[in-house]
Amino acid sequence: MSGARHLYVHLPFCAHRCGYCDFVTAVGRRGDHAGYVDALLAELELERDLLSPELETVFLGGGTPTFTEPAAFERLLAALPCAGEVTVEANPETVSAELAQLLRRNGVNRVSLGAQTFKRRLLDVLERAAGPDDVRRAVHVLRDAGFDNVSLDLIYGIPGQSVADLEHDLAEALALEPEHISAYELEAKPGTRFTHTHGVELGRQAEAMESYFELVVATLTHAGYRWYETANFCRTGNRDLRSGHNLGYWLAHDYLGIGIGAVSTIGNSRWRNAPSLGGYTSALAEGRRPPREPEELAAGLKETERVMLGLRLDEPLPLAEIEHALDPAGLERLERLGLARRDGPLLTLTDRGRFLGDAVTADLLA
Amino acid sequence: MDQKNIRNFSIIAHIDHGKSTLADRILELTHAVSARDMRAQVLDSMDLERERGITIKAQAVRVEWKGHQLNLIDTPGHVDFTYEVSRSLQACEGALLVVDAAQGIEAQTLANAYLALENNLEIVPVVNKIDLPQADPEGASRQLAELIGEDPTRVLPISAKTGQGVEDVLDAIIERIPPPAGDVEAAPRALIFDSSYDQYRGVVAFVRVVDGVFRPRMELRTMALNTRFEAQEIGAMNPVMRPLGSLSAGEVGYVITGLKDVSELRVGDTLTAAHHGAAEPLPGYKEVKPMVFAGLFPTDSDDYPELRDALEKLKLSDASLFYEPETSLALGFGFRCGFLGLLHMEIVRERLEREFDLDLLVTAPNVAYRVLPQNVPEWTEVHNPSDMPDAVDEVEEPYIKASVIVPKEYVGAVMELCNDRRGSFDHMEYLAENRVHLTYGLPLAEIVLDFYDALKSRTRGYASFDYDYIGFRKGTLVRVDILVGGDPVDALSLIIHREFAYERGRLLVEKLREEIPRQMFDVAIQAAIGSRVIARETVKARRKDVIAKCYGGDISRKRKLLEKQKAGKKRMKRVGAVDVPQEAFLAVLNLGESKKS
Repeated sequence: MSGARHLYVHLPFCAHRCGYCDFVTAVGRRGDHAGYVDALLAELELERDLLSPELETVFLGGGTPTFTEPAAFERLLAALPCAGEVTVEANPETVSAELAQLLRRNGVNRVSLGAQTFKRRLLDVLERAAGPDDVRRAVHVLRDAGFDNVSLDLIYGIPGQSVADLEHDLAEALALEPEHISAYELEAKPGTRFTHTHGVELGRQAEAMESYFELVVATLTHAGYRWYETANFCRTGNRDLRSGHNLGYWLAHDYLGIGIGAVSTIGNSRWRNAPSLGGYTSALAEGRRPPREPEELAAGLKETERVMLGLRLDEPLPLAEIEHALDPAGLERLERLGLARRDGPLLTLTDRGRFLGDAVTADLLA
Repeated sequence: MDQKNIRNFSIIAHIDHGKSTLADRILELTHAVSARDMRAQVLDSMDLERERGITIKAQAVRVEWKGHQLNLIDTPGHVDFTYEVSRSLQACEGALLVVDAAQGIEAQTLANAYLALENNLEIVPVVNKIDLPQADPEGASRQLAELIGEDPTRVLPISAKTGQGVEDVLDAIIERIPPPAGDVEAAPRALIFDSSYDQYRGVVAFVRVVDGVFRPRMELRTMALNTRFEAQEIGAMNPVMRPLGSLSAGEVGYVITGLKDVSELRVGDTLTAAHHGAAEPLPGYKEVKPMVFAGLFPTDSDDYPELRDALEKLKLSDASLFYEPETSLALGFGFRCGFLGLLHMEIVRERLEREFDLDLLVTAPNVAYRVLPQNVPEWTEVHNPSDMPDAVDEVEEPYIKASVIVPKEYVGAVMELCNDRRGSFDHMEYLAENRVHLTYGLPLAEIVLDFYDALKSRTRGYASFDYDYIGFRKGTLVRVDILVGGDPVDALSLIIHREFAYERGRLLVEKLREEIPRQMFDVAIQAAIGSRVIARETVKARRKDVIAKCYGGDISRKRKLLEKQKAGKKRMKRVGAVDVPQEAFLAVLNLGESKKS
């Protein structure tokens, strides 16, 4: 086996936990950062055999990776294997010229900025620290440092967000000419503070949100972006600006994830590292693997996931790869409804089919 | 035993007026059963009966009192079983008419008292629960005496609970009720007034011997159905089965027939000897026909074989249950079942769910219709609205005579309700200063959905209600079909008076729009009479159904959500291209509740 070509590194530290967030995060704890980086590198060492000698992508996600104490952060970046695409997630307020330089000299060539919205009022609802100006400044700082692949994250469906607010956000984002935009509908994840406070309102506006999704897709594609995945858009031209790392997930490639809460999928094995920081670092300090929650992927599940993930993309799925997972009657019905299309050996969803991706997938699977 | 020392009697009472308690006291006093090991209310043997406070199947118990043989024949206490009640009464010479001293006469008491009078029974009036603080024994006695044309002083005041006055009741049975007057020398004849099914011994017939003598091992036959069998055992209940060497004219007891199917033995039929039997059957036999029909479908279509087996088993002990396979586009495979009435339907449903652990979907009940299709010279009976032909010359529907007893301040409300339900006023009388007896002719179809609930809510539960079939009458009836996405949902078709069709159709369509989840396309919901659409709603298509974020850490969770979504779809019923949750059908089937409140 050639090994996984995608590596995910989880950096859980944040200055503040946003109300809507359900990721594995740890607020503050600057004293722990160096020890955590040691543990990450120890885990990487333990699992080195699972990785291909040549990596396609490395992705540092969080948390707020750029909140990590700089010396420890640089030590981590320097020790990570090289790859064609190395992405770091950053919160705008953490992006300084120094940080940009640090990233550059350590091989990072893509930055994903959590802009979310350009309205102060809505940023407050999300409890985001950065202001609209921080986002603009961060983009310019990155450009000045030579970054030619910047992605902006946007969130829509924020309680109180009007259609005009969303149009404004999209226009602001486009004005910054990012190579890539991710636009997510705000999800009320169970158990978050946010759901507790705003859940009822989110439920109420659910129907209106349908038009928001359509507006996002229409606006960005009209501006020349490619709607290449349900929530992801990239500029077109001579470079392929899709997120190579995330494409790995959507094409059901193997990936290794290190750090607390990180998930790995290698062949038919999947595991999730336990979310406890203490448990993670103490195990690795002793040279043991961290506590994990394993999941064996039974026969057929891989194919199911291939369909489920692949249909999120604008590229057709080769029918030969997914035959066994499909319900032919379901497929015919979806074709009749104009939601899916068969072109010879390939299966594609229409735009309307992509808007209804989950329902379509449920219908399509045997 | 010499017939002059035999007394056969029933107890007639409204639910909760104390029939079972009185029966218990009688068993106790006559030492048929000791107080210590008597479960309360021995006569009601099914759990369901106990919980509902009603007696579903009649039983007979023989006791001794002062040198006399007393046979207490229990009667079912509900209108659905009127015919069985009438057979039980025919087996007696007298009846105790029991009325709650606090409640007075109720509709059911009246109906059964009239039945007793029609059967020329000697009625012994009893006022029960005189120990209750709110009791009005004198008022109740006056009502009762007036009803049966008796002297109020002849009404026996008792408390079945404490036992006060119950001995007087036993004495009165001997003094007032005449002994049987059959011919012991004649060819044997016995009235089958009930039957039950014993898992080990087969069908048991409960009989009242009218003439002659029956003995074990005799070859017997029923005169209407001509079923032949050998009497495997003969005996009486005391209160458990006790074998005897004979049952002779005037006596009440049981015959173990060895038959395997209760439908071979009909209540009301006459039992006689297979050889040298009687020439004439006893009067009064008629075949009981189901009047109320509903589709029964398993919630999970995999349970169809279990439902079939359960109905087969139930039928063994319930000859009046009718069923045939039915296939519904919307609900899959199930059975169209016929019941004597609503309570019977409820009992069957509960027994299926409780004794056989089945989850059932029951369609809205409908009545039997008599239909003369166009260009067809013969009438046919339609048991399922979706079977109603499109073109008919005439339709007839069953009518009932409804009897309602109500405090006078609710008379207006009851009249309004009956008018709403196409009723025609028949008669009104004051039973007492504040108690009014109203009778109305009503289409049975107006009763089966929710009449009783509506009556209760409009009279704050003070009304009592009973009904009697009076036959088929012509009606201005139409079939309303409900179409989802252009396809008719057979389970939701209904037959209704033309005047109500529009409103009902609109209600159904609105309710369905609320209940059918949005699909990947617009769904039209229509109500139609033939090809004419009378109401329409649209479930707008969903425009978005996809989780925004899906990365490496989300895949398993996402897959599980998808599996859930798929499982949810499996529970849906597909009408054409539309997925309809079972709850939607249920909600529509339950629409009756909100119909006119």
